[in-house]
Amino acid sequence: MSELSVKTMADYMASGETPEILFWVGCSGSFDDRAKKITKAIVKILNHANVKFAVLGTEESCTGDPAKRAGNEFLFQMQAMTNIAVMNGYEVKKIVTGCPHCFNTIKNEYPSLGGNYEVVHHTQLLQDLLNTGRIKIEGGSFKGKKITFHDPCYLGRGNDVYEAPRSVMLNLDAELAEMKRSRQNGLCCGAGGAQMFKEAEKGNKEVNIERTEEALALNPDVIAVGCPFCNTMMTDGVKHFNKEQSVKVLDVAELIAQANDL
Amino acid sequence: MTVWIMISIIIFILLFAGGSAFFFYNVSKIRRNILLGKDIDRTDKPAERIKTMILVAFGQKKMFNRPIPAILHLFLYVAFVITQVELIEIVLDGALGNHRMFRPSLGGFYTFMVSFIEILSVLAFIGTLAFLARRNLLKVPRLVKSELNGWPKLDANFILLGEITLICFIFMMNGADEVLYSRGMSHAQNMGDGSLGLTISSHLGPVLFGGMSEHSLHIIERIGWWGHICMVLGFLNYLPYSKHFHILLAFPNVYYSNLEKKGKFTNLGSVTNEVKAMMDPSFTPPAADPNGPMRFGAKEVTDLSWKQLLDSYTCTECGRCTSACPANITGKVLSPRLIMMKTRDRLEEVGKNMDANKGEFKEDGKSLLHDYITPEELWACTSCNACVQECPVNIDPLSIIMDLRRFLVMEQSAAPAELNMMFNNMENNGAPWQFSPSDRLNWKNE
Repeated sequence: MSELSVKTMADYMASGETPEILFWVGCSGSFDDRAKKITKAIVKILNHANVKFAVLGTEESCTGDPAKRAGNEFLFQMQAMTNIAVMNGYEVKKIVTGCPHCFNTIKNEYPSLGGNYEVVHHTQLLQDLLNTGRIKIEGGSFKGKKITFHDPCYLGRGNDVYEAPRSVMLNLDAELAEMKRSRQNGLCCGAGGAQMFKEAEKGNKEVNIERTEEALALNPDVIAVGCPFCNTMMTDGVKHFNKEQSVKVLDVAELIAQANDL
Repeated sequence: MTVWIMISIIIFILLFAGGSAFFFYNVSKIRRNILLGKDIDRTDKPAERIKTMILVAFGQKKMFNRPIPAILHLFLYVAFVITQVELIEIVLDGALGNHRMFRPSLGGFYTFMVSFIEILSVLAFIGTLAFLARRNLLKVPRLVKSELNGWPKLDANFILLGEITLICFIFMMNGADEVLYSRGMSHAQNMGDGSLGLTISSHLGPVLFGGMSEHSLHIIERIGWWGHICMVLGFLNYLPYSKHFHILLAFPNVYYSNLEKKGKFTNLGSVTNEVKAMMDPSFTPPAADPNGPMRFGAKEVTDLSWKQLLDSYTCTECGRCTSACPANITGKVLSPRLIMMKTRDRLEEVGKNMDANKGEFKEDGKSLLHDYITPEELWACTSCNACVQECPVNIDPLSIIMDLRRFLVMEQSAAPAELNMMFNNMENNGAPWQFSPSDRLNWKNE
């Protein structure tokens, strides 16, 4: 496997260059073992497409999303202002992120605190790279496979992005099956609103089990996701039903990277 | 003009004036209650707001995500809207002692309008029966949840039975009048055409009332006429006490919708000032609010915005939000519909308290948070926006949940322990988990 080429904003600054885009990795993408694989898949695609991108590396800090959704507006705004100071210092213009929570927060909630950037989700960037021919899908490892996409709330309902991940996956020559609750009616994986960091309240079922059940009813080969939290929740759900051998939970970026044997 | 007509005019005018006045009195109270909310600006982008109102409120766009109830509801809605035209004639007839005063001048158009209303009334009748069946026989889950036990269920059935009664009066009035007219005995001006030409009643009237005497027919016609107008005024005055108020508030509520992306939550300006003062020594915070220390988040209905309070009065308890809520689907206590109902219940209680105390709220030791809405409900929310997406009249239960959470966390430090750990990690390591910030780029070489 070829070495990943990853430069930080500081590296670019030192060499007097400006990257095309900042890749906001996010806390999951930086620290969670499963999500790190998604991060690497995104980097592989960016490298493959010769996109001049930078990361913030150790200068990145949580966007503050889980604090805000949990009601801690103080902590959120402190995180936001710290990150905005860093990004404005580097004169960041455009950001791509693999996490819909980071995407939503930076895109929608940073502007009024002084952070104005063009923010895209990685599936939107992938769509753009495919449309402009900077990447092509050549390997056909998903040809004929059944894939169902689980809409992340903060990408879909939160920001009305439904088509980008689907149009990217159309290039895989796979069968895209829709769950009954999809797009605007998509069911949450159960992790949003800071639920990722706490036990669920008392109920008769876990949300991720309800959602995984719905996905498994389609007998898919792959449950595709676009969010590291959804990935965790759906992976746990698939394990709950002992289906991890036959059903893979993969991020859209991983599908594209694997299809191209990156 | 006979004495009887004089008396009926006087009764009518008294009834109409009294009914209208009492309605406006109650509406003014609701308006005052809504304006107890905090100010927010929802007057920007008027063109987009009008477009949204036309599509979502007038056009009922979001209702059609569920086609069957949407079509049934459309029957009632269109019948209700179009019937208002006929009501103009009924009111003028009542006040002037006339009978079908528009018919001679409008001619064929009159026949068309009244027939159109009759057809819509039949469709509305079918819709109402179907709705009664959905609630009481088919027991559609969202309509029979235990949170509706008591008044909400009764309220829903009252409205439907009221509508059925109203429609029956219309057909008594028109049916009997058709028979009378065909015998040349109607009080409507005889145009020598032998029938009023009403699509439904010209057939239904003879079937129901064909064999009756002139005297009985006049009585039935009058019962229908008076019953109809009494039902209209009764309904009007029932609205402020009922979830059915949505028929009026849906329009302004959709006009004042949140037009931002649903994922975008408000940034609290009060917090921004504090954070800036903390992080930037040269920042001078604006002068303190003369209304005393502000609260972070919401504990009471008066901490919410007027739009959130308008939302609560607009809710007609259809439960689409709750049936789409991942927390509710999986058995948690959270129900977005109940969040709206409890907000309205508390606001009503605050309003009554003010009425009883010369317009001043007298502390009653209760609050929206804790006494009505519990932390367990609030912490079950995944902030997924399914409830906001579902609402046919653009109510936003999530914003209330978030404002109450903010109060719990920032004013009461009452977050669940795991979330406090997450906050600590974020403050100390810049991540919600306990990882060192210096390890952020380690993935590159793993």
